[in-house]
Amino acid sequence: MDPYQAGYSPVHHTDARVKVVFSVAFILTTALIPIGSWPMFVLLYAILFSLIILADVGVGRVLQRSILAVPFVLAALPLVFTTSGEQILILDLGLWRVTATSEGVEKFLSIGLKSWISIQAATLLIFTTQFPDILAALRALRVPRLLVAIFGLMWRYLFVLADEAIKLRRARAARSGDSGIRGMNKGGSVSWRAKIAGGMAGSLFIRSLDRSERIYVAMLSRGYDGEVRSIPLSRLKPSQWTILIFGLGILGIIMLISALFWG
Amino acid sequence: MHHSIEIEGLSFSYPDGQEALRDVSLAIQPGEKVALVGPNGAGKSTLLLNLNGILAGNGSITVCGLRVEKETLGRVRAMVGMVFQSPDDQLFSPRVFDDVAYGPLYQGLPLETVHERVSESLAAVSMSDYAQRVSHHLSMGEKKRIAIATVLSMNPEVLVLDEPTAGLDPRARRSLINLLDELPLTMIVSTHDMPLVKDLFARMVILDRGSVVADGATNELMDDIHLLEAHGLERPY
Repeated sequence: MDPYQAGYSPVHHTDARVKVVFSVAFILTTALIPIGSWPMFVLLYAILFSLIILADVGVGRVLQRSILAVPFVLAALPLVFTTSGEQILILDLGLWRVTATSEGVEKFLSIGLKSWISIQAATLLIFTTQFPDILAALRALRVPRLLVAIFGLMWRYLFVLADEAIKLRRARAARSGDSGIRGMNKGGSVSWRAKIAGGMAGSLFIRSLDRSERIYVAMLSRGYDGEVRSIPLSRLKPSQWTILIFGLGILGIIMLISALFWG
Repeated sequence: MHHSIEIEGLSFSYPDGQEALRDVSLAIQPGEKVALVGPNGAGKSTLLLNLNGILAGNGSITVCGLRVEKETLGRVRAMVGMVFQSPDDQLFSPRVFDDVAYGPLYQGLPLETVHERVSESLAAVSMSDYAQRVSHHLSMGEKKRIAIATVLSMNPEVLVLDEPTAGLDPRARRSLINLLDELPLTMIVSTHDMPLVKDLFARMVILDRGSVVADGATNELMDDIHLLEAHGLERPY
């Protein structure tokens, strides 16, 4: 379940702080470039695509993960019909009459592309950086410690929870048998199965709650006082600074060009 | 007459490449009670999960004359009652009754049969009064008994238990041992509880690093202190 893909590429070796800052800046740039500035989209994606190739994590795997962008794209779909502008299509749906505008389509495509590119940038980050390193980088970047601690605990226990869910499903499968009597309709009704699945989800929830209390007690008994302490990271090396400044510089130029020509 | 369980040349590797079972062969007679012992990570649980096809390795497994394969999984799972180590995994319904009724209901049995099966199974584990209780609030010993009832309700031919006495107090442990002794089923039990093995099982199989290293009469194997020590086991006193 851990998305990290071990490797020895230059992207893997870059300091996590540089990667986190660059990824956030990249996503911000993608979000801020004006709608319809298509060459800039191509340019941004070309940069990202080169990095994916350089990281050698598999273009297919990154694209597979980018399916996560679908909900955001779908949420932008109404824009096609709600933006005013040049009408290109009129749909008659009985009571309603909706009109698609070219401005709307342009907006929708831009937002869809922005989500898709951003998700891939985030995917590249988690594919090439181990999660504890991302957390350390966030702390170094002065993200509130409590927030980072919550991310960390969530990450740690997500696997435990997934494990428990697998065990529950195994226990269910082990008792999902066939009586061997002809004419018996095995499997039960849909509503009964839904009830069972609900019971499983409930039991998982109760156990997670119990576990979280045990974890908290274990933390308290080791002296936890609400403050998470960690060993500070070493200073960023000059070579890493160079990479960071170069990367941010390129993003800055893209922002400038898009503001000049499409702004 | 067929064996209750017949395993031939079973090997199993986890997706990460870790080899858990290596060419395991084992035959268990109907009504026989066999203990499966060995150090942590020996492959005991993996072997048990292969018996009802939750995990599928290379080699052949026959349960009550039925080859374990995709088409027979439903029948096999009805015949092999598997009691997991943690009763919390096994008891996934809010109430005891729902959990014990799960197997028969899944099989689509008529409601009267389901009720009969539930009361029979709860009676078999001496927990008849617990049908309407909430599983979450039971003690460990009670949960273990209910977990056994949830598979007895399927009328299995073979009972498979993973670490049945782990985490039980002496009294709960003793009463569970008496229960296992009374149940007239073929039984295969993985455990670290050597006194339990000595008390209850005439036959013992030692598994280490995925292979069967010894299979024989419990009293004879228990006398071979070197063998026990070599596989991280202790002779009970």
